[in-house]
Amino acid sequence: MAAADELKFQEFDDAANLLAANPDATTISIDEPVEIPKNQHSRLQEPGREEDDELLGTDDSDKTELLAGQKKSAPFWTFDYYQTFFDVDTYQVLDRIKGSVFPVPGKNFVRLYIRSNPDLYGPFWICATLVFTIAVSGNLSNFFIHLGKPTYHYVPEFKKVSIAATTIYAYAWLVPLALWGFLMWRNSKVMNIVSYSFLEIVCVYGYSLFVYIPTAILWIIPQKVVRWVLMVFSLCLSGSVLVMTFWPAVRDDNRRIALATVGTILLLHALLAVGCLAYFFDAPELDLPAPIIPAHNGTTVITKSH
Amino acid sequence: FPGLADVSLPQDIPVEGEITVPVGSHSPDEDYSTLDEPVKDTIMRDLKAVGKKFVHVMYPRKSSALLRDWDLWGPLVLCVSLALMLQGGSADSKDDGGPQFAEVFVIIWFGAVVITLNSKLLGGTISFFQSLCVLGYCVLPLTVAMLVCRLVLLAGAGTISFIIRFLVVLAMFGWSTLASTAFLADSQPPNRKALVVYPIFLFYFVISWMILTFTPQ
Repeated sequence: MAAADELKFQEFDDAANLLAANPDATTISIDEPVEIPKNQHSRLQEPGREEDDELLGTDDSDKTELLAGQKKSAPFWTFDYYQTFFDVDTYQVLDRIKGSVFPVPGKNFVRLYIRSNPDLYGPFWICATLVFTIAVSGNLSNFFIHLGKPTYHYVPEFKKVSIAATTIYAYAWLVPLALWGFLMWRNSKVMNIVSYSFLEIVCVYGYSLFVYIPTAILWIIPQKVVRWVLMVFSLCLSGSVLVMTFWPAVRDDNRRIALATVGTILLLHALLAVGCLAYFFDAPELDLPAPIIPAHNGTTVITKSH
Repeated sequence: FPGLADVSLPQDIPVEGEITVPVGSHSPDEDYSTLDEPVKDTIMRDLKAVGKKFVHVMYPRKSSALLRDWDLWGPLVLCVSLALMLQGGSADSKDDGGPQFAEVFVIIWFGAVVITLNSKLLGGTISFFQSLCVLGYCVLPLTVAMLVCRLVLLAGAGTISFIIRFLVVLAMFGWSTLASTAFLADSQPPNRKALVVYPIFLFYFVISWMILTFTPQ
């Protein structure tokens, strides 16, 4: 009898009635999958927030990793998948920027600000702004340095924009990729308490570049000392954000590897700043009066020949 | 129904042609009869539509003509004319330093696409081509500024001309940004307006910079 019943076409009741009859049945809804995990995520975050952000992040990081994976459940070829990376409001972006410029010692940028909602808006547009700021500031600075010279003809140096764009976007996206791969590899060898997803690393790098924007504008001032002081200052600010983020992630590893990792992060960051300063901004040189030199040569030649 | 969950159509499917609100005046017969009308009528109709949109950009009000009947002819004409005017005019443009024609083109179109994608990803309700249309048409004040700059540069390249050019470009930059913001900001969720307006500001700033730093050989 049962077999014949199964072969017959069966009318299914309304979903509500079926659920009322069997409340524990699994249901699949064709709504936005983002809504439900978000509520769970915010409920589970509550007990985690009172703890120290960087230490004892065991449960917090595990759950947030899982839930971060749950949030992006749309397949990657749909538009909605990418929309989850832009789920930020204006005040959130401003908060994150503020957190990168004024790093609180001891607080982890990712835990404090990103909290499993990494966005791509900040990294992308901060990099775009930085590209154009460096190109425009470099051009302006060169203009002011060479202003009085009679042989100087102003050129907009537009090629430098594409070079700046390549450099900064490569730094902001490839270095996080390499760092993420490295951290994943170390994670498989040494059980780390804290681990970051690729997008969170991109987020940290992107927001840490923000402090270079006002620095690049101030680099227009054609004084070497001022420029180097600015560079060191901004390097300290953004470097500290990076160090405080990544130190908990490598702390449990071999001492040397941890130090080498953090050292490499800082070194690359410094290289970017120094490289930009050297390439886009001409050195404010002092003009030597040209006619004196041939006269000296003339006199030395004459005296030597005697 | 797991299969159906994947069938989430994007908010808009990029289509060619007009997105017109079905009003009674558009009877089906009119669409077929464009084959019979003289070519001058067809061209004049499109030209009038483009011209009307130019007027809407110069006097930005809350009209939806720009948004409803989008077309990309105006942006193309503006972009090409701007890129042409930004050429140094010298045959040997190797050390010109200014943007090449292709660079201007790419910046304008790629920039407009990126801004449109950005506003859609942030949850905007405007369609892809409508946004491209608005951003392209709002380049009109900057094209006018480029024209004025070239005329001023014909008269001389001193400090006075630079001040005049700077003020003109600044005014037109403000006009462009305000015009496009007036059209685009309404379609955004209210707590993300600034996130959408900033890239537009950056976009027109870059174009203004290219115009201001134009130096003829």
